[in-house]
Amino acid sequence: MSGPSLPRSLQDTPQLGRWISFAAPGKVQVRTGKVELGQGILVALAQIVAEELEVALERVEVLPADTLLSPNEGFTAGSQSIEVSGAALRLVAAQSRRALLRVAATRSGHRPEEISCHDGLLRVDGTDIGLDFWTLAPEVDWTETIDIRTTVRPSRDYRIAGTSARRGDVLQRLTAGGFIHDMAFDGMRHARIVRQPFRLARLASIDRERFARRHPKVAILQKVDFLAFVGADEYCVHAAHDEAEAFVEWTPDPGRKSAANAPAAVRTEVRKVQTGHPATNSAIRARYSRGYIAHGSIGPSCALAHFVDDRLTVWSHSQGVFALRDQIAACLGLHPSNVRVIHVPGAGCYGHNGADDAALDAAIVACELKGTPVRVQWSRVDELSRGPLGAAMATEIEAALGSDGSVSAWKLSVVSAPQAQRPGTGGYANLSSAEALDPATAPRQVEDLPELAGGGASRNATALYDFPDHEVSVSLDTRSPIRTSSLRSLGAHLNVFAIECAMDELAVIAGLDPIAFRLRHLKDNRCRAVLNEVAAMSGWRPGDAGGEGHGRGVGVARYKNKGAWLAAVAEVTVDEAVRIERLWLCVDAGRLINPQGARAQIEGGALQSASWTLLESVPVAEGRVLPLNWSNYPILRFSDVPEIETRFIIDENEAPLGAGEAAQGPVSAAIGNAVSHALGMRVRDLPLTRERLTQLLLSDQA
Amino acid sequence: MTDGSHATDGQPRCRINDSDVALEADEPLLFTLRNRLGLTAVRFGCGLEQCGACMVLIDGEARHSCALPASALDGRTVVTPEAIAGDPIGAALLSAFELEQAGQCGYCLAGIMMSAFALLTREINPSRARIIEVLDGHLCRCGAHIPILRAVERAAGMLGKPGA
Ligand code: FES
Ligand code: FES
Repeated sequence: MSGPSLPRSLQDTPQLGRWISFAAPGKVQVRTGKVELGQGILVALAQIVAEELEVALERVEVLPADTLLSPNEGFTAGSQSIEVSGAALRLVAAQSRRALLRVAATRSGHRPEEISCHDGLLRVDGTDIGLDFWTLAPEVDWTETIDIRTTVRPSRDYRIAGTSARRGDVLQRLTAGGFIHDMAFDGMRHARIVRQPFRLARLASIDRERFARRHPKVAILQKVDFLAFVGADEYCVHAAHDEAEAFVEWTPDPGRKSAANAPAAVRTEVRKVQTGHPATNSAIRARYSRGYIAHGSIGPSCALAHFVDDRLTVWSHSQGVFALRDQIAACLGLHPSNVRVIHVPGAGCYGHNGADDAALDAAIVACELKGTPVRVQWSRVDELSRGPLGAAMATEIEAALGSDGSVSAWKLSVVSAPQAQRPGTGGYANLSSAEALDPATAPRQVEDLPELAGGGASRNATALYDFPDHEVSVSLDTRSPIRTSSLRSLGAHLNVFAIECAMDELAVIAGLDPIAFRLRHLKDNRCRAVLNEVAAMSGWRPGDAGGEGHGRGVGVARYKNKGAWLAAVAEVTVDEAVRIERLWLCVDAGRLINPQGARAQIEGGALQSASWTLLESVPVAEGRVLPLNWSNYPILRFSDVPEIETRFIIDENEAPLGAGEAAQGPVSAAIGNAVSHALGMRVRDLPLTRERLTQLLLSDQA
Repeated sequence: MTDGSHATDGQPRCRINDSDVALEADEPLLFTLRNRLGLTAVRFGCGLEQCGACMVLIDGEARHSCALPASALDGRTVVTPEAIAGDPIGAALLSAFELEQAGQCGYCLAGIMMSAFALLTREINPSRARIIEVLDGHLCRCGAHIPILRAVERAAGMLGKPGA
């Protein structure tokens, strides 16, 4: 029999009782494999459960992801959490309700349809029947399998989902601990890792004697090229780590590099989206680029680990506790069943940052100091320069215009460093200290993220526009020794920037207004709607000349070509540096589970994208990342923040779509187009720093 | 710089959230607050006085605690985020931050609140430009700037109302 299939999470863990428990009186405890990354996902999931069970939101407690207890739901990434986990939990809650009502019916002699639920109490014709979820729960068979055909409540009846439920977690941590950084155990040792200053560096020497004299309370722990400073007093260890350079020397080992990275290669995949007449005469051929981008979490990566009785427990703010567990086990020669990883919230990570690396760091030290709890925290410099970076990439677009002024042929070629190298991707550990322990674990062959997962370098490489001839070529360049991995929106950021800038360049040649020119090529109605709406919101005037340091620009995309639609208009002034004055955003993310949360995600994403676009590129010299802190890697500040107006187009019948990454590409493009508009010349390489613009203006005059 | 051993003689003393505390001489205040006194709402972000996550009040002024040697604090009064709820300004800020749902991950927030606290102690109705000026040394990577600004304005509004 075929029919709709179970959400992936439920196929992997089909047993009802693995997801939900009514064992604590008055509480509904939910297990999810998803983790809170500051995006408010747990409250949104709790809302969905509360809605189906018709209980107060406060009763629902979403327990932290834990490899021992939680269902495996893979990584919390790619704006999939609401779509996938939300759908799974909705079924789980609906089926629990049905099972509880069945027991209530048997007990009370009423039919299940006659019984209604009121915050866990059961009533018939408005009268309590003296039964509630918690007294009935022990009689339910929680081993029953989750059934896709379970009826869920129609969304028009929703009272909790769809409201801006508040997040208690953030408020609590305003005046108390609660982040992983704040965990402490008796007898705990602090460790700081002296990281390899470049990929596969070999530890040449340590001046142990001088170190011992200067830092008598700090021990040195070395395993191959893994080097940790360890002590009971955090500041002593911190201070020693600050001066590590004075005691430790590293050398390159060319033999290692070729062994680990061979065969270094660029692999290309070409896809024909639409076949017509390839261009004979191109109107534009332009290359757009961005450099490496740091995730730049405000809290440095941190982890704790404790090895007792052959079992290792690790506390981590990883996005994927199961994959991390498997890789830690493999690196340390432990059986995965003897390793437990428990999620504890860290600061926002925006993709795959140093969280997993730190977890392995702590695990290694804990295995050396058996029985002693260990806490590792990264330095600011390591956080910005030694974790995985967002991939550098370049996207080239060649396009031709037909006699009617519409695009007749379009070819996009993107070349990118690997966009996804999470623990376990491609069978590699992809953990910094795994390479320090054994250089042979460095990945040899790296693939792009598959299309099914939204693609990596290829994410949004296919424009949403209807072009009669449309070709896309995606190349993964694995030659760089820089470690790169997922950064919010992956390749979509630059691909959308490139597509949307190219559309503006073509509109100028065609003599058409940029929005009108886009609409000509757009059949997707929801895309047209956000574009039209953002034009209305911003008072877009077709043919606005711009120039003299003042400009406006637009950008639009559908995230992953299957997620939320977002159109942006930016207004900028350029006077040496770029200042974004205003941003208008129009979003279609389907039905909203938590409107205020969705808005925060969209506007937060927009500001982060503005920061990447105007300021950010990690300096790399001879394949080495320079040590960074916030003064040589500046990010957007309060004084740089524009006014933002956001509007959602909401159709209650449309399924909710993740919103967290939708703004990255369109906002960047809107800013780029606005700056070009203001300058009367094209900017194509990010970031649009003062230096870059000055260079550009000078070379234009020359 | 440390020589790795902490002096214990001639210990400086200060008041922290209404308790008398003896300080380790050569340790930045942040480490004392977090590790010896368990005041973990004071956050380590950079240790370089660049991000504002570690902000506390020293004699009523917002100061970074991450690089400030404890020896400089003899006789001073320190207030951390843990202690602000009892003060009307702190209470207003907390409730405004909640109402505006200011903050995504929240890591930057406690420090930001301390700077806002110092501002609202001195200025009754600061303009948005003034709030931006005061918060400009604080970094927020989640892009929660706008709700944060709204929250500070809202707190100021609550305090300005009679009977608040
Ligand atoms: S931790 Fe003190 S300013 Fe960053
Ligand atoms: S809320 Fe995450 S850094 Fe500000």
